[in-house]
Amino acid sequence: MTWRATVEELVREFRASGRIVIVGASLAGLRAAETLREEGFTGSLTIIGDEPYEPYDRPPLSKQVLKGWVPADHTKLPRMREVDADWRLGVAAIGLDRAAKQVRLADGEQVPYDRLLIATGTRARQWPNPDEAALDGVHTIRSRDDAEQLQKELAEPPSRVLVIGAGFIGSEVASVCRELDIPVTVVERGSAPLVGALGGVIGEIAAQMQRDHGVDLRCGLGVSSLEGDAAGHVRRARLSDGSTVDADVVVASLGSIRNVEWLEGSGLAAGFWGVGCDAGGRAFDINGVVTDSIFVAGDVARAPHVLYEYQFLAMEHWDNAVLGAEAAAHNMVNLEPNYRPHLLLPGFWSGQFGVNIKSVGVPPFGDEIVFTQGSVEERHFAAAYGHRGRIVAAVTFDHGKWLEYYGKLIEQSGPFPPPPPGWDQPPDVKPMPAEFPDPRVPTAIPDVVLTGHAPSERTAEFRPRHR
Amino acid sequence: MVEETPWQQALRYANRANPYPFYEELRKTPVARQPDGTYVVSTYREIVALLHDPRVSSDPRKCPVAAGTEDLGEPAAEPIREALTEPNIITCDPPEHDRDRRTMMPHFVGPPQAPHLISDLEPDIRRLVDGLLDDMKGKTRIDAVDDFAYPLPVTVICKVLGVPLEDEPRFHHWIETALDALDFGPEAASEEIRSRQAGARQAVQDFGQFAAELLDRYADQPGPGMLSALVNEDGPEGRMSKGVLASNALLLIFAGHETTVNLIAHSVLTLLRHPDALEKLRRRPELIVPGVEELLRFESSVQFWHTRSALEDIDIAGTTIPKGAPIFLAYGSANRDPERFTDPDELDLERRDNQHLGFSQGIHFCFGAPLARLEVQVAVGEFVRRVQNPRLVEDPPPYRHNQIFRGPRHVLVDIDGIRD
Repeated sequence: MTWRATVEELVREFRASGRIVIVGASLAGLRAAETLREEGFTGSLTIIGDEPYEPYDRPPLSKQVLKGWVPADHTKLPRMREVDADWRLGVAAIGLDRAAKQVRLADGEQVPYDRLLIATGTRARQWPNPDEAALDGVHTIRSRDDAEQLQKELAEPPSRVLVIGAGFIGSEVASVCRELDIPVTVVERGSAPLVGALGGVIGEIAAQMQRDHGVDLRCGLGVSSLEGDAAGHVRRARLSDGSTVDADVVVASLGSIRNVEWLEGSGLAAGFWGVGCDAGGRAFDINGVVTDSIFVAGDVARAPHVLYEYQFLAMEHWDNAVLGAEAAAHNMVNLEPNYRPHLLLPGFWSGQFGVNIKSVGVPPFGDEIVFTQGSVEERHFAAAYGHRGRIVAAVTFDHGKWLEYYGKLIEQSGPFPPPPPGWDQPPDVKPMPAEFPDPRVPTAIPDVVLTGHAPSERTAEFRPRHR
Repeated sequence: MVEETPWQQALRYANRANPYPFYEELRKTPVARQPDGTYVVSTYREIVALLHDPRVSSDPRKCPVAAGTEDLGEPAAEPIREALTEPNIITCDPPEHDRDRRTMMPHFVGPPQAPHLISDLEPDIRRLVDGLLDDMKGKTRIDAVDDFAYPLPVTVICKVLGVPLEDEPRFHHWIETALDALDFGPEAASEEIRSRQAGARQAVQDFGQFAAELLDRYADQPGPGMLSALVNEDGPEGRMSKGVLASNALLLIFAGHETTVNLIAHSVLTLLRHPDALEKLRRRPELIVPGVEELLRFESSVQFWHTRSALEDIDIAGTTIPKGAPIFLAYGSANRDPERFTDPDELDLERRDNQHLGFSQGIHFCFGAPLARLEVQVAVGEFVRRVQNPRLVEDPPPYRHNQIFRGPRHVLVDIDGIRD
């Protein structure tokens, strides 16, 4: 018997009777389960989720659900195929014993696995003061329950909503409030909305958009405290400049926290920025050695990205969850050389104030920006981000059909500024600083060796391998 | 005699029924310069890249040398373009294109303003299809074009736009006359095509006159349908000028049924040529949705498009398309590109990842796609369900003359009967 035959036998046997556990019953978990079955895995499959619900879709929560168009319980994700899994819903995983190959659950049970997929995602960062966070009317928005509760209160309607933090979620909530004709104040620590994701130049446009729609937008300010009435309902916020805002609904949109605490002590490279893994979703241990049996996908995964100087990227994007899960699941039931990389060009979309915002690439990787198409005044435009003379990202406002073009340029390490369009060129096409805030929080992103994409050389090409 | 390029051969009338072998030859040179200076792009990857490239214009007015004019050699005839002085949404670039399309969109496809606009047409479409099939009862031979594929889309588009159905014979004639003179191939220079051109020019003018009068009537007296709404209602970005609106009205009347007729006819033809697929669709009617996508890929309604040109030098697939060059995008070829589709010449109703170019891509993605999909799904689904033992009488059937909207003029089918 040759080695090859042995390996093939191993794969076959594992597919027939292996035990796979997926921790995380959301988009990534579900798509991974479906892919495993698709790939012929007939062994036992357990899916663990801390929420009592079957996997649901999150993008509608901050949009259609809040507006009251779609009930929160109508966001269940469609099943692409039967997964025939043992669903353990409503119970959180609280520990991982890699030596015994067991996941420990909150109810005390130990679930054994041969291969494990970590898809625990992120959770909303709560308002830091627990007493204030416990006031009625103070919300975060991440889960189905969050959206359902907030929707109910918006339907009342409140006299004013205070949104803390003007990232995508905060801005979307503010937009919904204006659509429902609810007065809304947005307080943002940075210089403008969306500044972390898209930089100050685009942030200024987003700020104007909010003000045009009647949002009381206050930038460069923080909220120092929330005050409630005798009944324990929030009524007022005190801002860092000493002013106050009366509001009876407060939405804290302060970003997300990766659900990695349960992995403490497991010896995996898990931390603030997520669980480190290779481009095939195989988890790294704390020494950077790749594991054979543990895989990561979705918001909680962070993997080196060939287009971005092999920096570890964590992406809280819908298609990252889907495609990362598919790649990881494929690799869970295959062996080298049949591993598949998950090399996604990041992309996301947001709908707010009647504008469809889409982006491709990693805007904060860029330090310059140039408007390439359309009109900023009319808010139909495309802009490209550059870093050392190459295009690294693009953003569009109501111009999404052009993303494909910019995506291709980014994949080919195209020049920055990109070639001028033949028409619909904005009057000023000079690159300018993109104005991303200095990252103040020390990050866990390691500096890595540059292995391509020198500014003088644009030959590298990004070609994800498709099925 | 100079040897013809694969593209010229693909355009010959004799090859109308099966241009695919020539496309295969053509794809060996993804971006091929033709003797007349036109660049023909035949591979999926390159076509998609150009569809999304803002250096490519769709506005014939920006092309210094119109495709195939006398200066460049072989003349190609295009009376439709000549007769229209104002641009419509497929012959202009942003920002005009974007603004006009945005103005028209809420009156047609709907979302987010009117998300049910198309889906609410389904009962009507079903009734029409049922009526057409009922009319076949007692017959043993039908023409799937005249008796089935043609009447449905024309009735539906008239209703959607608000064009009186009694005018249908008039514009049917104009469209036929114009299309019969449309030729991009080596035969364009023939006496016959040249003699058709004058008539075609007149037909398009009459058609334009008809649209203008209709719009005038609606300006006086608002009526049902999209055209009346566009004449009378201000959108957020104002109102379209009369000329632009007339030009777009022509486009919509024309494109709203012409392409769908061919798609239904080709779908019937293709399924009759593939009895296994037809039987599968009969047993599993839910396959109609992916099935129609596959039929769109297999026999693209629009085989190529011809009004594009390069506004800058464009490097692609090892070739530079020079600034000013006309570009033909061969959708019919891209949809059979083996680099993109596994076994592209196989009909697979369950094909996965079927992102065909049957409706194009990018900003000029077919405006009417949602309506076309619904019509064809209902029509083909019901044909398969109700027509008993259909057999093709003549294969290949006679084809219409023009290459862009390629389709059979008749598809005779022998049948045993019509189920209820």
